[in-house]
Amino acid sequence: MTFEQLLFYSFAAVLIAAAIGVITSRNPVHSVLFLVLAFFNSAVLWMLLEAEFLAIVLVLVYVGAVMVLFLFVVMMLDINVARAREGFTRYAPLGALVTIVVAVEIAYVARARQLGVQFFGPPERRSVEYSNTEEIGKVLYTEHVYAFEIAAVILLVAIVAAISLTMRKRPNLKVQDIGKQVATRRGDRVRIVKMKSESPD
Amino acid sequence: MQGFIQMLDPLLSLLPEFLQLVVVAIIKIVVVLLPLILAVAYLTYAERKVIGAMQGRIGPNRVGYKGLLQPFADVIKLLLKEVVVPTNASRFLFVIAPVISIMPAFAAWAVVPLSPEFVIADVDAGLLYVLALTSLGVYGVILAGWASNSKYAFLGAMRSAAQIVAYEIAMGFALVGVLMAGGSLNLGKIIEAQSGSIFTWFWLPLLPLFVIYFISGVAETNRAPFDVAEGESEIVAGFHVEYSGTAFAVFFLAEYANMILISVLAATLFLGGWLSPFQGLPAWLGGESFIAAPGFFWLALKVSLFLFCFLWFRATFPRYRYDQIMRLGWKVFIPVTIVWLFVEGVMVHFKVGPWSA
Repeated sequence: MTFEQLLFYSFAAVLIAAAIGVITSRNPVHSVLFLVLAFFNSAVLWMLLEAEFLAIVLVLVYVGAVMVLFLFVVMMLDINVARAREGFTRYAPLGALVTIVVAVEIAYVARARQLGVQFFGPPERRSVEYSNTEEIGKVLYTEHVYAFEIAAVILLVAIVAAISLTMRKRPNLKVQDIGKQVATRRGDRVRIVKMKSESPD
Repeated sequence: MQGFIQMLDPLLSLLPEFLQLVVVAIIKIVVVLLPLILAVAYLTYAERKVIGAMQGRIGPNRVGYKGLLQPFADVIKLLLKEVVVPTNASRFLFVIAPVISIMPAFAAWAVVPLSPEFVIADVDAGLLYVLALTSLGVYGVILAGWASNSKYAFLGAMRSAAQIVAYEIAMGFALVGVLMAGGSLNLGKIIEAQSGSIFTWFWLPLLPLFVIYFISGVAETNRAPFDVAEGESEIVAGFHVEYSGTAFAVFFLAEYANMILISVLAATLFLGGWLSPFQGLPAWLGGESFIAAPGFFWLALKVSLFLFCFLWFRATFPRYRYDQIMRLGWKVFIPVTIVWLFVEGVMVHFKVGPWSA
């Protein structure tokens, strides 16, 4: 076994263990942390495939931003694990069915003639100068530029929709208008009164 | 550095090949990390002295000559204290949170070029790597807050999480501007793209991004005036209120290591890293003498400048109110960076600016 295979198997083992941890741990916060660990290990596996751009972006986007928000939300929620696990036996057959379907699909894709693992073969080794990031950039902004821009527009629409759904004006809410605060002059707040000094009696 | 490793060559050749790589890498890491930890120790001393001077005090002056041994006294005191784990705390997470917060602050140094010859790993996607690692530091803070089983710690963690996520976007956009100008993600190549004179460093053409990057950096490290995660007047000490002894020391170390990291990145990306400010000047101003040569000295000088700014901010600015922090991050910084990226795109298209050559 080469050093690289050793790395692959150890990271893959941790990945699978973390994935199992996600669905078995009792505490939702621990589940989220296991998911973070799983993301990290899959990033390392991509790194072994010399896909360093994807690996780093996975860590940057999912671990660095999405999972932080996940953790944020999960910590604030008061999840009753016992309630959530109610009806386990009732849904178990359906779950088993879905599991079997997914497993069969994965097996089919991995074994099929056109898409199978052996059809692609191992990726060729690149020299040290080869820049994965640059290659992805070249393809993404030339050949696939329409798909890329459509995806960007869809995301923009999603942002606008999410904001417009949650933005509402509540009455009686005290909101500061910072522009107004900055534009305030002394004359708006203070009235200077000139008067003659008076004798004490 | 290369000479030192060559000196070890006869010893190294006794080892198998991959162990040789490992040993060389470990030597390089130690060469970077030991001075870094010392720098962190003396940054705490510098902070107390500088803020003392700004407030008309003396600062530490008892341990050693002019208090120079104060950092060691502090470290020894913290190491000898007991680590108290609160009841009902999530024990494993409580212990691992400081480690998680210091790990990215150290690991990011792997790609930072410290001199024209020396960098631990000269990787291609260095800028992305730095961005990914600095975004991990927030986990330490969140986990510390949650695992402590304390309301104050939890409030601090929540504040910090929202703040870091907000400022990371502006920071990322500022870095996009740098990589557009530098034409590479490799930090060494970004520095080389800035060579010329002090006016071809990226601080001038990317001035708004430079300012936003540094302010976001201050916010990301939870330093004053953005230190609402600690906020001692409202929530005692924020996320690390339950920590004591060594665990607290590690959080402390992480905060200062992060400050140095942000400073070195700002110097690398916007102030030309190890390039000399005398480069490109006429000969009578020293443009051709040895002071125009690039070197680690110039990087250290620029980093000290930024670190002084960190201390200066803490001594002078009152703490931001939380809603104003959010407003600044989302409604001011992000639009400004997006607009400047457009401006920069136009500049690149019409070949204006130092990067057109």
